[in-house]
Order: sequence, then structure tokens, then C-alpha cells
Amino acid sequence: MQPKTLYDKIWESHVVVPETDAPAILFIDLHLIHEVTSPQAFDELRARNLRLRRPDLTLGTADHSIPTTTRALVRSDDPLAYDQVTKLDANCAEFGVELFGIQSDKQGIVHVIGPELGATQPGKTIVCGDSHTSTHGAFGALAFGIGTTEVGHVLASQCLLQRKAKNFEVRIDGQLREGVTSKDVILYVISQIGIGGGTGCVFEFTGSAVRAMNMDARMTLCNMSIEGGARAGLVAPDETTFEYLKGRLMSPKGAEWDKAVARWKELKSDEGARYDKQIVIDGATIEPMISFGTNPGMSMPITAKVPNAENEELKRALQYMDLKPGEPLLDHPIDVVFIGSCTNSRLTDLRAAASILKGRRVADNVRAVIVPGSQQIKKMAEAEGLDKIFVDAGAEWRESGCSMCIAMNADKLEPGQYSISTSNRNFEGRQGPGGRTMLASPLTAAASAVTGKVTDLRRMLKK
Amino acid sequence: MTKLDQVTSRVVCFTAENINTDQIIPARFLKRIDKSGFGNDLFTDMKPVEVFGLPDARQRQIMLCGPNFGCGSSQKHAVWTLRDFGFRVLISTAFADIFKENSLKNGVLTVTLEPAAHQQLVDAWQKNPEGEMTVDLEKQSITFAGLSIPFSINSFNRTCLLEGLDELGYILRHENQIQTFEAAR
Repeated sequence: MQPKTLYDKIWESHVVVPETDAPAILFIDLHLIHEVTSPQAFDELRARNLRLRRPDLTLGTADHSIPTTTRALVRSDDPLAYDQVTKLDANCAEFGVELFGIQSDKQGIVHVIGPELGATQPGKTIVCGDSHTSTHGAFGALAFGIGTTEVGHVLASQCLLQRKAKNFEVRIDGQLREGVTSKDVILYVISQIGIGGGTGCVFEFTGSAVRAMNMDARMTLCNMSIEGGARAGLVAPDETTFEYLKGRLMSPKGAEWDKAVARWKELKSDEGARYDKQIVIDGATIEPMISFGTNPGMSMPITAKVPNAENEELKRALQYMDLKPGEPLLDHPIDVVFIGSCTNSRLTDLRAAASILKGRRVADNVRAVIVPGSQQIKKMAEAEGLDKIFVDAGAEWRESGCSMCIAMNADKLEPGQYSISTSNRNFEGRQGPGGRTMLASPLTAAASAVTGKVTDLRRMLKK
Repeated sequence: MTKLDQVTSRVVCFTAENINTDQIIPARFLKRIDKSGFGNDLFTDMKPVEVFGLPDARQRQIMLCGPNFGCGSSQKHAVWTLRDFGFRVLISTAFADIFKENSLKNGVLTVTLEPAAHQQLVDAWQKNPEGEMTVDLEKQSITFAGLSIPFSINSFNRTCLLEGLDELGYILRHENQIQTFEAAR
């Protein structure tokens, strides 16, 4: 039999009708919904008099447009956001969808709570109307973002029209150096292949550096697959995955657990499986990375100098960022530090930030905002005293949500401000009109918060 | 879905590379819970002169775009915005995956051309920015200023656009197969 990749295997086990001239009809095991991309889809169901086919495979949360300063939603603060969130509540109630709403102790960013609740499991197909659905691929699930029209398709049929993508192996061998995180790895990968490098492909992250990563780190890696143009990213499940999932709310229990693990162990690419594309990276050569431009591909080692504006795109980006070719980014003043988002808001991310901020102060001219990915993470962080470290350092400690990653709530940059952000997109205006975003790891963000300047975190590591 | 067979119109030529969905419509505008009215906010932050320098931009239904147009978020609002602004056809050398799917599902035809053919159209447009272009989906050809350029498109997408066929209806026609699949799990 032809050796298969992990992606091939998950794809084949979910094909309801094979691909011909028409795309395949693919069955979806888990549909995550949130307030921004679901209202029009539910309207479509109503307009066509259709039922929600599988409420049991649908989960909802509110994350994108909610405030993170409070759990109280006040209409006059933001009428549009209020309408979206209350519409989600009403739709979930009407159609029988389990909702972890703004008041729930399990609320959080959709890509944080799926894994945290154990709903995300190896081998599943998972979709959500959000491009960072690729995050769930860290568990060996085929997970990708869809548009609102397709949200309607999945609500009504639990299926999607899909064409099979190409296989792209991203192998990261070797051992990462101290102070280098999976965020640096993915920024490095995207800087090498470009933001369109993975178009039409699904990444499979392999290699010893990936095997050594914990689940939080793997989620960061898969999260930004979409920034490299790939619709999904995958890591084959292993003991680290099973350890993470064991005992979670929606994980299989008892004998079902043993059966599930036996099945999950088969979920790996066969020896000799063919990839359409491949890149091999020596993890030991990767340095802490930072973005200097206006897409995640415009990233470089933090010690590097801003490159020449070789084309119009770079020229425009440097103009927007008000940076000059040949200028180092180190010691560039910053205004805001944002630690959070579906990329880097999990407990290990917060611990990393706390390891730097402990006993230090955020610089006077810097506003540091730390937003946990979920209420459960918030609770765990507080139990460890991380909140105290942050507040003592002068940072703001928030309720969970997407917050300053997407600037759909009150958290945003002022025009011209520089932020170091642990989020995933440094597009023009992404964090507020005129705001200038530099993407980096939680370690780099925390170190820079302390100095008020772009800082090489390795200077602050305990010797 | 609205049918689309042939579009004849003057053309916007905006070929910057990697135009992302946040540039098309910034995320802060995504809070509306209906699908209309987004057109007023197209490119609202970047205000490209290639578009807004044209007094009749909203009457121009065809845009020549740059490579990797539509990268970024999976939000459909980018397509609704372009369509609401007036565009029915986008022509590039490459579109971002999700954006392309979103477009075809929402009655906006994305035509992907080889770089040389795309450049021919751009060159011809520069000589004749007020000329009318015809994009014929039935014949799969673009005619402009004496040029006739064929394009290929997946036959399923083509049929859907030509007939205004609805994808959900297509999926639901396979109810039996879906039930069989569910029962076997």
C-alpha cells in the first residue's frame, strides 16, 4: 500500500463523497462558533427553514469583540459588539448549542478552550469561522478556518465542500537554544518561505525540536500556519498529546480512553510518505525573532538590522513602521506591550512572561496589557500568583478574550504607537488605526516591557 | 447566489502585492450582523490612489489585482465589501486560498492568470485606462483593447457561478450519503 501522510489519513477517513470535478464532501467532527462569523449563518438557516444538524458537534464561545476589562457587557459601551454577543446567546439557545458565554467560567478564546476542554482531539476534523483554527492541528486534528457561508453549510449539513490540499513537511531538527520559543520558530519559518509559501498546502511539523515541544508550544506553531499561507498545520500526536488530554472535561473516559489512545497512536505519517514540498531547518540556528514590517513574513532575528527596501511592498511597510533600512531594532522605543491572543495566551506563555517580570518593573512610558486566553487559564495563573507578579510589575491583568490582537474591543493602539505583541498579525491598523505592531514571543515582549525598548531577552535570563 | 456569466466594464488596476483582508476592510468594521453596506469602508485605511483616484471607481466592476490578493483572515466580509463596492471580477496571478473560495461562493469571480498574460492586461490598461474589458465566463476569455486572453477555472465553480447554483443545496442533495457516513462512525 502507498505510504500516506497524516493529512492523507485524516482526509480519507472523513470523505463522505469523493472529489471529482466538484470538491469532496467532507464530514466535520467539531464545529466551533463565535459571535463574529456566526450571526449571518444562523440567519441563513432560519431563512431556509433548516435545522442545526448536529448540535452535539457544535460548541460556542464569545471572544472577539467582548471587553477584557470586565465581564459586564454594556450596550452603550459598544452597541454593535453587544448585539453580536447577545445574538450569539440567542442563536445558541434557539438551536441548542452548548455555549461558553461571557459569564461562563469556561469562556475563552475559541482556539484556547477547544483544547482546554478536551473537545479538540487527534484525528478529528475541526472547523471554525476564524483563520487561526489551524491551532488545533497541534493535536493531530485537521483543523482550518472557514468563511461565514461555510459556517452555514456546516450548521445545516455537518459537512463542507473541500478540495484536498498538498502536503508540506516543515521539519525542525535539533534543539532550540535558550530563550528561543516556538513563536520564534514559526516566525523564522514564515520569514523563510514567505506569507504565501504554504498556499494550497497543509503543513506537517516534524523533527526533534517539534517532538520536544509541549502542547502550548505546538499550538503556537500550528496557530500561525495560516500566516505562512497554509490552511492548516499538523503535529502527529504522541505521549505529550495524550498526557495533555487525559482527564479533560470532554476527553474520553475509562475504557473509551484506552481505545481512543490506541486509535490515536496510528495517526502519523507512514515511513516513506511523500510530501509535495519540504523545508528542513536546524532549530539550533534560530534566534529570538521579531517582525519589523507589516506582515508576519517580514520578520528577522532580534539582533539583525532592518533590511533594504528591495520592493514597493517593503518600502511601504518600512514607511508605515517609520523604520529605515540598516537600522537595528534593538533599543527601538516602544509604547505598548500586549501579551495574549490565540497564539500566546496559555499558561506556559504567561509563566514565561512572569519569569522575566518577576521582581522587575514595566518601564514608566510603557503600557503592558496581559490577557489570559481563557477563564480557566486566568484561574490557574492566579493560583500560581502570576497575576501578582504582573500587577506588581505595573502591568494590566485582564479577563480573557481576543483583545488587542484584533482591536475589535476597546483595547487598541493609538496612531503611531509601537507595540510588541505576542499575537499573530502585524498588518497595518490591525491593533488600531495607525498602530505599529512588532510580533515576538512572550519572553521578548516581557523583556521589552521592562526596558521600554526592543530588547534581547537573553540578557535577562538567569545565569 | 447571483448568477454571473459575462461582465463588461471599465477596470481598476491595483496590483500591489499581498493585499490582505484587513486592508480590504479592517477588522474593526466586522461587527455588523448583516451582509450589506460594507462597500463604503473598502480600503478605508490605506486609501490607494489606484482606486480612489478614479471618480467612477464604484462603477468599475473588474479589478486587476496583485499577487496573493486577499491573504490574512478568513473573514468573508472582505468579499462582501468588494462586491458591495461594485466589483464582480478580480484578476490576479494568485489569490489567497480562503479568499478565493469565499469569492467564488459569493458571486465574485476570481480569475487566475499566468504572470505574462496578467502583465499584458496591465500594460494594455496603462495605455487605455478608460477602456472597457469583457470577462466572459461561458467562453472563459477576457477581451480588452484587442487582446483576447483565455483563462481556466474549475468546472464546478464555473457551473455554480453560471447557474447561480447554491453550494448548500448541492451538499444537502447528498443527505443519504451523509446519513450512511454518520451511521458508520
